[in-house]
Amino acid sequence: MKKKKIGFRPLALCYACLFYLFLYLPIAVVVAFSFNTSQLNVTFQGFTFEWYGRMFENVQLMQSFFNTLIVAAVSTLLSVILGTLCAVGMYRFKFRGRETVSNLLYIPIVIPEIVLGIAVLAFFTMVKIQMSMATLIISHVTFSMPFVVITVRSRLAGFDPSVEEAARDLGANDWRIFRRVTLPMILPGVLSGAMLALTMSLDDVVVSFFTTGPDSMTLPIKILGMVRKGVSPDVNALSTLMILGTVLIMLAATFFEMRMEKKEEA
Amino acid sequence: MKNIIVRLRNIEKIYGGKSVIDHLNLNVARGEFLTLLGPSGCGKTTTLRMIGGFEDTDGGQIFLEDKDVAGKAPNHRDVNTVFQSYALFPHMNVFDNVAFGLVEKKVPKAEIKKRVDEMIELVQLQGMEKRMPSQMSGGQKQRVAIARALVNRPKVLLLDEPLGALDLKLRKQMQFELKELQKKLKITFIYVTHDQEEALTMSDRIAVMNEGRIEQLGTPVEIYNHPKTKFVADFIGESNIFEAYIEEKKGNRISLVMESGKVELDAPDFEYDEMVYVCVRPENMKASMEPRDGFTLRGTVMEHIFVGSTIKTIIELPSSQLVKMTNPPEDEVIPVGTNVYLHWLPQKTVVMHTREDRVYEIIEGAGNEKEEQ
Repeated sequence: MKKKKIGFRPLALCYACLFYLFLYLPIAVVVAFSFNTSQLNVTFQGFTFEWYGRMFENVQLMQSFFNTLIVAAVSTLLSVILGTLCAVGMYRFKFRGRETVSNLLYIPIVIPEIVLGIAVLAFFTMVKIQMSMATLIISHVTFSMPFVVITVRSRLAGFDPSVEEAARDLGANDWRIFRRVTLPMILPGVLSGAMLALTMSLDDVVVSFFTTGPDSMTLPIKILGMVRKGVSPDVNALSTLMILGTVLIMLAATFFEMRMEKKEEA
Repeated sequence: MKNIIVRLRNIEKIYGGKSVIDHLNLNVARGEFLTLLGPSGCGKTTTLRMIGGFEDTDGGQIFLEDKDVAGKAPNHRDVNTVFQSYALFPHMNVFDNVAFGLVEKKVPKAEIKKRVDEMIELVQLQGMEKRMPSQMSGGQKQRVAIARALVNRPKVLLLDEPLGALDLKLRKQMQFELKELQKKLKITFIYVTHDQEEALTMSDRIAVMNEGRIEQLGTPVEIYNHPKTKFVADFIGESNIFEAYIEEKKGNRISLVMESGKVELDAPDFEYDEMVYVCVRPENMKASMEPRDGFTLRGTVMEHIFVGSTIKTIIELPSSQLVKMTNPPEDEVIPVGTNVYLHWLPQKTVVMHTREDRVYEIIEGAGNEKEEQ
């Protein structure tokens, strides 16, 4: 169905502007203050790159930033591997309790994060594991893996099983079928799952708060701690860089997806 | 037997406690085009998938060139399959699709290129090597699927309703091309279809299947002209089937009594006092104004239907059974409502036993040794 073209409608335009203002004004403020000469996030006094320099000198801030990146990278990788295997396994095999397994997967998504955080903390304490980078990564995998499973399963939903049969018929073994046929076909789902897992891990506060060790402070937690003393402009600077980074990743992902879709459909 | 490439011996398949393949026996000769024909749910696709290795058998044996292939995965069988849905790899272009099997077998690159190019030429897709499956029509995709299977030089090619998704005109053309291809390559084809016309045009032999069993195995001409069971007569082409009782037998000549009249004909294999089915093809059915020797069937002309090359006439018998008759359009048309006498050439009649001892007949029909009681 062709969408109807609409003419100029001032009210609708106003609404749209307000809508986007609401979404992006706070972000714009952060970006603006990262270039502010004043220490205080109240008035804009002058333009400077000073805080970008200061940011790199702030060892603790940098350390927590790298921690965040490591945790995000490793937990995303693990979530993608485990989640994809899980989704493919559940697609391929019919077994008793398959529905239950499938439903259980969604629980970490639904339950409040604070509950998950406490649960993970209680568990690690019970089995006497010291909080560290490892516990942090494990807890991140816990909440991001189900998202990978969901995106990959939705991709598998329209999957013609005879394509895998054809690959087997042509002499491929299980691994080769996965490598040459299944994985390339579900790749868009895997990638969007990875994107979700990555963003979830990057900005997680609640679960991380419970499971982080003394040496593995992540950026969100660090910033949360700093806020008590007021947000310093170098945090604004780091945030601005992170926004830039996120936008770039998103653009890259969109571009990649468009190219793949073109390849599939065109 | 040396000439047998695929041998199915008493194979069984059970789904959820229900037998879908019931002690099926079948020998496929090297280089022949054999069709498994039957309505949906008759087990033809299951049989094919068991030969291909996609389904396990629940009993019996499958021999490929005298080797029992039970338990062997599809990637360890010298057969390839063309799937109903084509099952092309959507992320690969035509060349890579066709090359898939050879890459898996680690054939040297130069040879892959050569064999794939040959195959693509054979199925007339030159110049499309770089196309993606989504950029191709159904007919082209089908060619890719066939090339992808044949490039591996399988001993047997299994085809599961490969033309089912194509429109009529393209289907006819592909039927012809497939048959030509099969003759040229001399590869054994086992072809599954529910389209009886397709089966009749392409096959060397047809196995008509029903409810997990082979009703009749024979050449298209045998199957069409001498159906052995009512099911086959009904399923292949159009038939007029009458139930009849043999009230007298003198030498080879029997007198049949039907609801709507009597018929006399020669049928040496049948005995006095037997119930039989009598089958007459519409093109052999004739109507006349005067009674003919040996026939007392009467009916009323109900309707004429013009179907292009022929005119189909529907005649109602007093028993309210409808009889179909086809004539060339240039023949004189009997007006609707006229009472006519039906007759046909006695040698064009097929008389069938009503008891269903199908297994015997399959084996006799195939000219094979008896394997089952």
